[in-house]
Amino acid sequence: MSESTALTPTVRTRLTLPSGVARSNTALVVGLLILGIIVALAIAAPALSRWDPIEPDPLHALLPPSGTHLFGTDNLGRDIFSRVLHGARSDLTLASVAVLAPFAIGLAVGITCGYAGGWFDVIVMRVADIVTAFPFFILVISLVFVLGGGVWTIFIAITAVSWVAYARIVRAETMVVRNTEFVSACQVGGITTPRILLRHIAPNVLTQAVVYAMSDIVMNVGVIVTLSYFGLGIVPPTPDWGAMMADGQQFLAAGYYGLTLFPAAAVVLTSLALSLVGEGLAHVLRIER
Amino acid sequence: MTRWLTRRLLLAVPVVLGVITISFVLMRLSPGDPARAALGDKANQAAVDSLRHQWGLDQSLWSQYVSYLGGAVRGDLGRSLYFRSPISALLEQRLPVTLALMLLGALFAVAIAVPLATAAASRRGGVADHVTRALNAVLQGAPTFLVGGLLLLFLGVKVAIFPAGGYPASLGGRAVALVLPALTIALSIVPLLVRGLRAAMAESLTSEYVAFARSKGLGERVVRRRYVLRNAGVSGVSILGIQVGALASGALVVEQVFAIPGMGSMLMSGILNRDYLVVQGCTLVFGLLVVVVYLLTDLAYARLDPRARLA
Repeated sequence: MSESTALTPTVRTRLTLPSGVARSNTALVVGLLILGIIVALAIAAPALSRWDPIEPDPLHALLPPSGTHLFGTDNLGRDIFSRVLHGARSDLTLASVAVLAPFAIGLAVGITCGYAGGWFDVIVMRVADIVTAFPFFILVISLVFVLGGGVWTIFIAITAVSWVAYARIVRAETMVVRNTEFVSACQVGGITTPRILLRHIAPNVLTQAVVYAMSDIVMNVGVIVTLSYFGLGIVPPTPDWGAMMADGQQFLAAGYYGLTLFPAAAVVLTSLALSLVGEGLAHVLRIER
Repeated sequence: MTRWLTRRLLLAVPVVLGVITISFVLMRLSPGDPARAALGDKANQAAVDSLRHQWGLDQSLWSQYVSYLGGAVRGDLGRSLYFRSPISALLEQRLPVTLALMLLGALFAVAIAVPLATAAASRRGGVADHVTRALNAVLQGAPTFLVGGLLLLFLGVKVAIFPAGGYPASLGGRAVALVLPALTIALSIVPLLVRGLRAAMAESLTSEYVAFARSKGLGERVVRRRYVLRNAGVSGVSILGIQVGALASGALVVEQVFAIPGMGSMLMSGILNRDYLVVQGCTLVFGLLVVVVYLLTDLAYARLDPRARLA
């Protein structure tokens, strides 16, 4: 998935070093395994389920799980298994794409602030203080409302709020690296500033940001699912776990748990896998340092 | 201490101004005309124009900003279209509810996190440590509305120990009505709290002052309570303070799930009814609330740990 594109540069170079650590790191292995299965299922969704996730089939509404409908059907007769799988596509894609932009912006801003300092740093950090003064979800939901809802809006809203965390992390790391000898050597050697920032500082300040990105994806999944749960997120009939839970909960009292519990389990399992990967990654990278 | 406090207060001024400014800018980001959106497509132009005038949208951006700033300082945030009353009056009723919910949530979180962190820190890699970590991972991944919904379903409907949402008039009834929502919020911040406390305790356990306390013959329980827990508690205060945003976000969700008439459900109703000034006012107050709590956290931290005042 797209989150791996952000990770590969650091992970590939660093994971190779402590291979023994990676093997003994249960959290990372289990997390990657679960995540891999979920991503594979999401990618293969159209092939895995012969039922359309959107087309209603009222004659087969609210069926219990069976061989034909693995998770049963919802109130409109749609196959829940197929909808959960397709929901993974929309939710996971959005959650990971919404990590990339803040990551990139935060990295650029953080490196510039940490390296250059001065008035730019002061202004950006005050803006960061102000953005973090708002409770994360409240600012995001207000932004989504004002901008009009939908996938793009969620992406913009999350980006506008969560670049701050990356900028802070990268800035702090950059301020440490800035004073090291190899950077002085670069400066003396006449290497241009953009090149120093990109080629010499960036690779050294990525680690913490990458680790944070994992917990950030978990947070994004939560935000996206919650927004859809409240009817402000991914627009129906596109399958999405939050909207599925919102639609399903009115049937809980009548004993139809599947409508809510299967997407709920999908959310929890996905977040669990991502958390485990994050924890494992933090462990590996910290040991390597 | 007075100098430190003055400096800290002065530093908060630009943040407060920024929070007001962002809540102002927020509403101007709307791609369409907010007045038209609020009244709907079928409203006639005269009504829309009148609302535009009432909201000051027909003035220049600068004079809109100045009058918004003036209003915010006076506590005048305009009128709600949907509730048909001044927003400040609505906030007066609803802010205490949300504050009570957040406070109770924080108390529950501490009550749950301290024993868990203590058990986990006492033997790293032990059973308690693993159980706590697993619990943490699951809780962290479960969206607040889901945890709230499950608690509501099992403890509010199936077993019916607690009311299934709502907010009665009597004080006792209200306290009971807040238990499940507060527990839901608490569970959302427990993972971070446990993680922070466990790390602080583990660090404290290997410190020299603990080794010294042990070496002078103090019992392990005394050492734990008087040295480890107290020192970890100091960092616990700041972890909890940072979580105020999460508590507020949790309140927004939980008030919706449990039908609690607080500021979160006011914000949501503002969103659902396109009541722009309500969204703006609630966002502003939530932002200010966080700034105030950060200040209080710093104060508490400075009282508990004198070293902080020197920094």
